[in-house]
Amino acid sequence: MAVASKLLENNFRMNRLPHIWCPGCGHGIIMRGIAEAIENLGYDKQKVCIISGIGCSSRAPGYMDFNTLHTTHGRALAFATGVKLANPDLKVIVVSGDGDATAIGGNHLIHAARRNIDITTIVFNNNIYGMTGGQYSPTTPHNDLGTTAPYGNVDNVFDICRLAEGAGATYVARGTVYHAKQLEKNIESALENKGFSLVEGVSICPTYYGRKNRKGDAAEMMINLKETTLDKKVAAKLPAEKKEGKLIIGEFVNKAQPEFCEEYHKIVDKFTKGD
Amino acid sequence: MVNKNLKLMQGNEACVEGALAAGMKFFAGYPITPSTEIAEISAQRLPRVGGKFIQMEDEIAGMAATIGGSLAGLKSMTATSGPGFSLKQENIGYAMLTEIPCVVVDVQRGGPSTGLPTAPSQSDVMQAKWGTHGDHPVIALSPSSIRETYDLTIQAFNLAEKYRTPVFLMLDEVIGHMREKIEIPDPSDIEIFNRITPDESEKSDYKAYDNSLEVPKMAAFGEGFKFHVTGLMHDEFGFPKNDPTVTEILMSRIMGKIENNLEDILLYDEYYTEDMDLLILSYGGTFRSVMSAVREAQRSGKKVGVFKAKTLWPFPEKRVKELSKKVDNIIVAEMNLGQYYYEVDRIARNNCEVSLLGKANGEPITPTEVLKKIKEVL
Ligand SMILES: Cc1ncc(C[n+]2csc(CCOP(=O)(O)OP(=O)(O)O)c2C)c(N)n1
Ligand code: SF4
Repeated sequence: MAVASKLLENNFRMNRLPHIWCPGCGHGIIMRGIAEAIENLGYDKQKVCIISGIGCSSRAPGYMDFNTLHTTHGRALAFATGVKLANPDLKVIVVSGDGDATAIGGNHLIHAARRNIDITTIVFNNNIYGMTGGQYSPTTPHNDLGTTAPYGNVDNVFDICRLAEGAGATYVARGTVYHAKQLEKNIESALENKGFSLVEGVSICPTYYGRKNRKGDAAEMMINLKETTLDKKVAAKLPAEKKEGKLIIGEFVNKAQPEFCEEYHKIVDKFTKGD
Repeated sequence: MVNKNLKLMQGNEACVEGALAAGMKFFAGYPITPSTEIAEISAQRLPRVGGKFIQMEDEIAGMAATIGGSLAGLKSMTATSGPGFSLKQENIGYAMLTEIPCVVVDVQRGGPSTGLPTAPSQSDVMQAKWGTHGDHPVIALSPSSIRETYDLTIQAFNLAEKYRTPVFLMLDEVIGHMREKIEIPDPSDIEIFNRITPDESEKSDYKAYDNSLEVPKMAAFGEGFKFHVTGLMHDEFGFPKNDPTVTEILMSRIMGKIENNLEDILLYDEYYTEDMDLLILSYGGTFRSVMSAVREAQRSGKKVGVFKAKTLWPFPEKRVKELSKKVDNIIVAEMNLGQYYYEVDRIARNNCEVSLLGKANGEPITPTEVLKKIKEVL
């Protein structure tokens, strides 16, 4: 593992720090996880491209010293698809919030997964719209409060991982900001998968979700993450009643399947490679 | 010249051929009538020249991917029609502020809403100008023949690359679906402009938004410049800033790069404007009916001049003003209920009467209708 200062120097725009996330926000942990994964894998930084939509989480690329693109709300994957297809040599990473990825960007998410285009998407899931001040998102639990759900949220939640899997993602994993090391490993595996990968990083927003739903301060929210999650491998050995209400973390999908850009290139090659 | 390269071609096809001649290597879009052939032919032709085509899940995504393709270094285009053009506006605004060159083709159809999918109209003229939120300059070109579609598509790419901006190519269904015999120019006779890129020495402090240049140099992702692009107001390095001064400098450069180069951007044709009693202003497919009516009117001794705007935006203000001083009347003929008309009226009303020959029922304006209008005025 790289020591923090080296990690910072190698991967961050030092003159853009400190970041503007609230104290106790979980997003920084996921951003660090991405940097650690890139560092561990030894990628050529000139070839890494990090693309985001709009939201607190989507501010991450501005801090990271790569080719970075901060797009429109929900559209990061569509921009990323253009970048990746135009230059498949780039290692393309999309950073997105739960609202960004599954509400306004839901359509782009399912289609990027369906194509199995080689993009790694990291969803920072804090179960709320942070940037706009605490409105409910597609992952806000049923009955929880948001500024636009003052009497409890009537919507049901998306399970982002199952959504991605159903749509065709070839790597899917979930981690949390409490289980930072495991999350980092999942991001590494996602980056190594040749195809569409999604890692859900369960994050915390003590400022809005936490306060509104009486989840305590950042530390209490972290403890809560620890107590309400179960590793997939552990869960496999437990009886159903012990798993009730628990969030399963770990790797759900990791399979090899033809990748979109490579498939397209076979067609290009047919015409451009004379034999 | 002997070996003339003559081809019978549809407008939408000429657009793709022009784009390929200009160096298009990337197309992302979503099918919509009457623009669909542009996507279909691009899908067929691009891989053969080492380019890429992708059909995205909707027009929003098509526009986003087009911007992505351009940022990764390829000349990129998308094509759509009214309803899709509306969807693209969000990311068009993004490309305007982030100065990403690309070509957006809009083969206009009857609106509003899904309107008249297979009927001609020129109903998106104002959408091209004001479709996005916020201020930015717009370059929009509109051809009135198949050869002109070929030429203006090349011109659209050249202007996009030269000024680092999206450029609109506004076809109407008449032109998009019409077939004409055209002579394809020899590639060596075509002038191609490629974006100005920074050199190695600029890597350490590359300013993707250098305000000391009218049009900053543009690096592609992956070439080692590692710059940041955002749709927020940004400083010279591309990082978000909400400082009013920074915004003002950026906005005035973006507006200025077009406004200061009108000579280079404005294209129009004039017929019989030396000696005229009446001027008809028109563009796109409508020009064809205007021209045949005017020839007819000339034969019966009426002195009618014609101004054909090829550059719709920026508006050819100076020339229209000059011409408005020479006549008592200007007729604006267009397949909508008066979009360009208001712009002409704004410029010319102090000098002459301006009237509209507008139509929005899905049928093109006929020469007979133009003649009737001429007789009303003269
Ligand atoms: C088209 C559009 N609609 C709405 C917004 C306002 N908006 C900005 S961020 C955001 C939600 C962000 O929530 P999420 O994606 O969950 O990220 P977080 O801020 O919680 O990290 C919204 C609705 C916008 N910028 N653009
Ligand atoms: S509002 Fe919430 S998600 Fe946004 S920075 Fe603050 S704590 Fe983080």
